[in-house]
Amino acid sequence: MFETYWDPVWLTLKLATTTTVLLLLIGTPIAWWLARTRHWLRQPIAAVVALPLVLPPTVLGFYLLLVMGPEGWVGQMTQSLGIGLLPFTFEGLVVASVIYSLPFTVQPLQNAFEAVGEGFMEVASTLRAAPWDRFLFVAVPLARNGFLTAAVLTFAHTIGEFGVILMIGGNIPGETKVLSVAIYDHVESLEYTEAHWLSAGMVVFSFVVLVTLYALNGKARSGAIR
Amino acid sequence: MTASNTIRARFQCTFPGFGLDVDLTLPGTGITGLFGHSGCGKTTLLRCMAGLQGASGTMTVLGEPWQTETFIRPVHKRPLAYVFQETHLFPHLSVRKNLEFGYRRIPAGNRQIGFDDAVRWLGLESHLDRMPVGLSGGERQRVAIARALLTSPRLLLMDEPLSALDLNSKQEILPYLERLHDTLAIPIIYVSHSTEEVARLADHIVMMTEGRVVAQGPLRETLAGIDNPFRVQDDAGALLEGQIIDLDEYWHLALFRFDGGQLWLRCDHRVKPGDQVRVRVLARDVSLALTEHSDQSIQNLVPAVIDQIDPDVAPGISLVRLLAGTTPLLSRLTSRAVAQLGLEPGMNVWMQVKSVALVA
Repeated sequence: MFETYWDPVWLTLKLATTTTVLLLLIGTPIAWWLARTRHWLRQPIAAVVALPLVLPPTVLGFYLLLVMGPEGWVGQMTQSLGIGLLPFTFEGLVVASVIYSLPFTVQPLQNAFEAVGEGFMEVASTLRAAPWDRFLFVAVPLARNGFLTAAVLTFAHTIGEFGVILMIGGNIPGETKVLSVAIYDHVESLEYTEAHWLSAGMVVFSFVVLVTLYALNGKARSGAIR
Repeated sequence: MTASNTIRARFQCTFPGFGLDVDLTLPGTGITGLFGHSGCGKTTLLRCMAGLQGASGTMTVLGEPWQTETFIRPVHKRPLAYVFQETHLFPHLSVRKNLEFGYRRIPAGNRQIGFDDAVRWLGLESHLDRMPVGLSGGERQRVAIARALLTSPRLLLMDEPLSALDLNSKQEILPYLERLHDTLAIPIIYVSHSTEEVARLADHIVMMTEGRVVAQGPLRETLAGIDNPFRVQDDAGALLEGQIIDLDEYWHLALFRFDGGQLWLRCDHRVKPGDQVRVRVLARDVSLALTEHSDQSIQNLVPAVIDQIDPDVAPGISLVRLLAGTTPLLSRLTSRAVAQLGLEPGMNVWMQVKSVALVA
């Protein structure tokens, strides 16, 4: 009994952490590019990044299943690389979560980078800082709040993921059975007590995350005026 | 001027509704004032010089190419410093860390300006551990100037460093700028729309209108040039350099001597005998007489020779260029007065100077 409680919790935390770390690495250059470019591809790319916000998770899951399946091009590629197929594995969930939560990383970061503005970067370049130097020592510290918001939102959003996971991950204990799926399972089998424990836990967790986020943002804002 | 001690800038670029087209050779020492109304392209030109703004052209500083037809050196590899109108102090760094930002990025062997020297010159000793948000406008600009100097630049570019400041902060900064001019050998290009600032600080001046250079040269000659395109303004006038030689405490006057004569100024407590000062005489404050009258209210009478007479752009007005010794001055008269007095180039006249302003 104890095992079945903690397996999904542990798996969910592992998925959310992996996704958040990967997304910060992938999302930062995308957000940086979107915040500064005047390229005509800017709007189309911004729209692609935002797609997961509006699409039903089932649509996303359906296409991911096709693309990563034995007939899909990603599936063919992973098979020829000897990795096998991604659907119904933890790695498959990570790929899906990264795509699903992309806007929650990119948008706060993009806003933060836009707020840094060109002025500070120009000053840094006149003070002999090369592009990487400017990015690391001026843009990143000034966009610190954006990184915090992006990380917290991505983490929380991945934990709340359900539709995509059900579509491409199914319900394999210890491999793809995350919290939201476990709750669904319990309800299906009329195990309301177990469903209550997990659901109430999620409510408390989400509340704590959001309160922390707002508190941190508020503190940073008043810090700027101090 | 040879290539190794000049700054050569040639730029062309077009934007919607605005074009820049300049070809300048500037002295490699002293302060060059880049002067003109807002929108004339002076800031754009400065940004082109720094490499912050892309433009086709060439830029050579003291013999070192910064931009040629085929190559553009990135901004962070140019030995320049730039002081922006908005100071852009890094808000996440203390004053000390702001100052160290550029300083630590140049090799120790290339540092010609010491950290403590810059801090002392700009009076920042007691502010080092403060954060930028707590500083006043004047203090922020002093930090920005020190931060720029600490990169030991070969060229210092300043974009209206005083325009965002109130009058008190301006008065606070100006002495520091004057001291830089006297202590450092670094050439400075100083963008401003204020005649006062340029007159007080600059040695050389470039006047711009609509993206083009319309006049340039040593400050004194250029401001008093009869072909100066700014003569239609009410503030057309000449700039005199000289020394305070006497004070009249009772009448609150100071006697100013320049190459070509003497003038009484209304004195405030800032000047004392021996001070080198700059004085501005506006063309509208100079009238001319054929003989030396003393039965009138105007105290300042200076003999001069008429050099040139041109019609002003305003109808019925003439602009007369005079030489007192070697010093050029301007007088703005009605054309009828010029005709009735029979003024002609080469005539000896008396200038009656109604008002003289100490440039400060």
